[in-house]
Amino acid sequence: MELSLLNAFIAVFIAIAFVGANAAYLVWWERKGAGFFQRRPGPTENGPWGLLQPPLDGIKLMTKQLLIPGGVDKAIFMVAPVLAMFPALVSFVTIPFSSSIQAHTIEVGVLLIFAFAALGSMSLLVAGWSSRNKYAMISSIRAVSQTVAYEIPLLITTITVVLIAGSLELSEIAAAQMGGIWNWYIWPFQKSAGFNIFMPISFMIMFICSVAETNRAPFDLGEAESELVAGFHTEYSSMGFGLFFMGEYANIVIGACLITILFLGGWACPFGDLGFFPFTHHVGWFLLKLYLIIFVFVWIRWTFPRTTIYGLLNLSWQYMIPLSLFNLLLTAALIKVFA
Amino acid sequence: MIETPSLFSADGLVGLIFLFMIVVTFCGGLLAATADRLVRALSGLVICFTGVAGIYYFLNSPFMAMMQILIYVGAVCVTISFAIMLASPEQKQRRGTGSVLAGPIGFAVGALIFAGMSGLALTTNWQQFDKINEGSVKQIGHELLTTYSMVFELISLVLLIAIIGAVVIARGGRNQ
Repeated sequence: MELSLLNAFIAVFIAIAFVGANAAYLVWWERKGAGFFQRRPGPTENGPWGLLQPPLDGIKLMTKQLLIPGGVDKAIFMVAPVLAMFPALVSFVTIPFSSSIQAHTIEVGVLLIFAFAALGSMSLLVAGWSSRNKYAMISSIRAVSQTVAYEIPLLITTITVVLIAGSLELSEIAAAQMGGIWNWYIWPFQKSAGFNIFMPISFMIMFICSVAETNRAPFDLGEAESELVAGFHTEYSSMGFGLFFMGEYANIVIGACLITILFLGGWACPFGDLGFFPFTHHVGWFLLKLYLIIFVFVWIRWTFPRTTIYGLLNLSWQYMIPLSLFNLLLTAALIKVFA
Repeated sequence: MIETPSLFSADGLVGLIFLFMIVVTFCGGLLAATADRLVRALSGLVICFTGVAGIYYFLNSPFMAMMQILIYVGAVCVTISFAIMLASPEQKQRRGTGSVLAGPIGFAVGALIFAGMSGLALTTNWQQFDKINEGSVKQIGHELLTTYSMVFELISLVLLIAIIGAVVIARGGRNQ
């Protein structure tokens, strides 16, 4: 008991540290990426390649005055940023970084991530509402209607993968894709998927939904600066804003983790389980895939312009949901016949 | 006589977690019932549901716990908050007081229900059941498609009716 309790504490500590470090340095990564795609240097002044920028930003945010505008609903206003950060932290507990590195093996790992993502969307709502600011409220309603719309195809696509892998546990889904790059669920004609030709489309749906779920450009309608000042966190200053920002980046990491595990084999080595190759189950492969996906997120954000809210919702309700439903039915039928 | 475990043993710690969940549920419910602003009441509801999910998790049923959060917080509460915000963006405060009799009658009914429930709880001869299965997703799915398949199908029928209803309402399109 004592040992397992200690393990749990260490795991939670590592999860928090990982989330914090990622949230801080993804901002740096994003700004460098933005600079790269727009042909400018990005942060350069503080430290080599601007690497000291995130901690300095953190100090700046923490030392700023925490302004609470008059007329806000104080209790909810203060709780909302915490609520934005906390689901992301909980979700990290169940993510397997390798076959052995996982804080807590829970049988319904996929469900846990989606359940707490739902709590996260609740935080956007109460943040926008408690600010007593029209722009913040419009933004939070937009953000949540978007999250609700894209949660459906995301869930259906995830169910498709769960059906193929036969498990709701993330580490088992990853383990089912071991043995080489051709076993990853991103490819068509998998034997375990009943030779389904639509797996790459599933992957695309999953990818687009992850971008939309994290409210990132080109789907960042909730933060459309030209229309809504700054979005649901308009009234937040200091670390209140900082927590929203960190929560956003933590959610990006979780989205990328999910894509990695569900479609790219998790920690599985792309060259198969070669006897002479020592790191075939290594956490390094996981992180490599993870940051590759995050790089594509950054790439997309600084390449495409923002869509409109109707275009965004139509894309989900008219195309993504029917497509993902069709794919789910097809996969179920094919598995019944072939696998 | 059941022995009370020490506070710092494993059982004691687990008991503390259970009590914490009870307190969370209770406080959430209290907030939901007494708040004078609708959105605060909704926040209370969210806290209450989360506490209930914690109790499910404590009772070794993680699937139920996750479903509780996913459905009740992620769907029901979000829908309620949409309704509140879109229907009346102005902050609705409770105005005025009810009838003079409302307090005493409410108290009497509450006391009666409390007395009845606690009397029932104390006089019932509680039986301890063995654990039927491990409550895994596999078991639940198996039971749903064999023993309770009728209920399962009926629920999907209810959901189908709800979807058709939504389609009928939304049929006019945006420029209705």
